[in-house]
Amino acid sequence: MGLEDLLKTVKHRLNKDEPAEPIPSRKPEIPGNILFKCPRCRATVYMEEFERNRKICTSCNYHSRLTWQERLLMTADKDSFREFDSNMVSLNPIGFPDYEKKIEGLSKSCKTNEAVVTGECTILGYPVVIGIMDSHFMMASMGSVVGEKITRAFEYAAKKKLPVVLFTASGGARMQEGIISLMQMAKTSGAISKHNEAGQLYITVMTDPTTGGVTASFASLGDIIIAEPKALIGFAGRRVIQDTIKQQLPDDFQSAEFLMENGFVDMIVDRKKMRKTLSRILRIHNYIKREEVV
Amino acid sequence: MNKATERLELIRNKHRPTVNDYIPLIFQNFMEFHGDRHYGDDHAIMGGIASFNGIPVTVIAQVKGRNIDENKKSNFAMPHPEGYRKALRLAKQAEKFHRPVICLIDTPGAFCGIEAEKRGQGEAIAKNLMEFMTLKTPIISVVLGEGGSGGALALAVCDELLVLENALYSVISPRGFASILWKDPSREKEAAELMRITAEDLLEFGVCEKIIPEPSGGAHNDMQLTAENISEHLYEAVKRHVKFNVDTLLDNRYNKFRKIGMFDFVQEE
Ligand SMILES: [Zn+2]
Repeated sequence: MGLEDLLKTVKHRLNKDEPAEPIPSRKPEIPGNILFKCPRCRATVYMEEFERNRKICTSCNYHSRLTWQERLLMTADKDSFREFDSNMVSLNPIGFPDYEKKIEGLSKSCKTNEAVVTGECTILGYPVVIGIMDSHFMMASMGSVVGEKITRAFEYAAKKKLPVVLFTASGGARMQEGIISLMQMAKTSGAISKHNEAGQLYITVMTDPTTGGVTASFASLGDIIIAEPKALIGFAGRRVIQDTIKQQLPDDFQSAEFLMENGFVDMIVDRKKMRKTLSRILRIHNYIKREEVV
Repeated sequence: MNKATERLELIRNKHRPTVNDYIPLIFQNFMEFHGDRHYGDDHAIMGGIASFNGIPVTVIAQVKGRNIDENKKSNFAMPHPEGYRKALRLAKQAEKFHRPVICLIDTPGAFCGIEAEKRGQGEAIAKNLMEFMTLKTPIISVVLGEGGSGGALALAVCDELLVLENALYSVISPRGFASILWKDPSREKEAAELMRITAEDLLEFGVCEKIIPEPSGGAHNDMQLTAENISEHLYEAVKRHVKFNVDTLLDNRYNKFRKIGMFDFVQEE
């Protein structure tokens, strides 16, 4: 079965259990849900065409944000995914008002308990530990659960001698968890060193947007760093920089292309070629296909 | 006034001692080394070697200025990537010669600007987090005043974190917190109180190991005494960690961070 068919099938499945609340995605920019207005080139595209094109802007090739389900469907072999720690939930370390309520609401609408989904799967037959961050969940900020799940994923991969493929997206550390969220940067970076010691490959795929404390920790530590076209990638927020330096920033500032030009990204890979690219990298690193997998 | 707001004012007091005051009082024969060997020399982070009660150590410190000229030079202690890379270079040098690393933290945060982004601010910090986690020599860090976010953490992956009584360490400045979460930077004080950023909070969360007492009214009231307190706690910490073999040292360091996080498990539906 081709990936297009696979996508169709699963989209059907996803539609069947539409969340009770609408997923708080880029709705304001999608008048009546019929049109997609590209935040990069401002072009307007029919939603159907845009979705068929894997949420890539047909006009400028901006790779728009995906839900974790969409990403998984585009990446993993059918039925190969087994999730880790799906029932891990956040506590409220500093007693931030209504934090639990917010998490609960998002858990329902995003169909995941937290901003990252981790597990193992195969990609064109190659077994990997995979992590997918979903920016629809509190801008995929990193709190205790994101930090812990990613740490466990690397520890598991180190033990099982598996490569890790991590699709990053994040607004940074989750301020609602105070200093505990900052510590997750150190914790995850430490776990990567364990995975390194086990001699295993870590591929980062930076997607729109990868910023703040996630850029300043595990996202930047891949052996190989891939980015999706036109993804926003950076440490500091654009507005913060503008306020600090009091001058206008160039349009392509902090784009995937800007990062590659400055030496921080290995390659920019189109979504449609991602599976193939990942599998080729895995093969060159002598990972072995699991034969039975379709 | 709540403790956190009170301390926010204390650490911004222009008479609060800086590393330029402390280093000569705590260490002997400090010798400054410059540059990251790739791009340049960042004056927001100062590093070098010194003797500490007879023990050779590497010192890495964030530099707040004592006046406007010093601050211009040190960029108000907001490092660029080359500052973090210099820190890593010196830490690696310390590892080679089995010297403990002492990091003195006092920064509002890593610098936010075009050049910092171009040279990979995120990558520089990330690299330090990973490399410090496995550095085969003891690392003791001290938060002297402001421990601002990832810019502070890049020098705080350590075996023991000591925090001066009035120092604060946070994921974002209280002003930034109020501005982002409440869209109202004027609620800074409220944010400071909510965020749990005092030395006592850090101790409770397991983020720091020891609180170093300050003289009544704050460090600026008796710089000499504060330096003695820092020196005493630092010396104890160094002695505690030089006796471990490398494997134990690194396991302990990993576990110190590994266990931080607050989560639970819900029943699967
Ligand atoms: Zn476009």
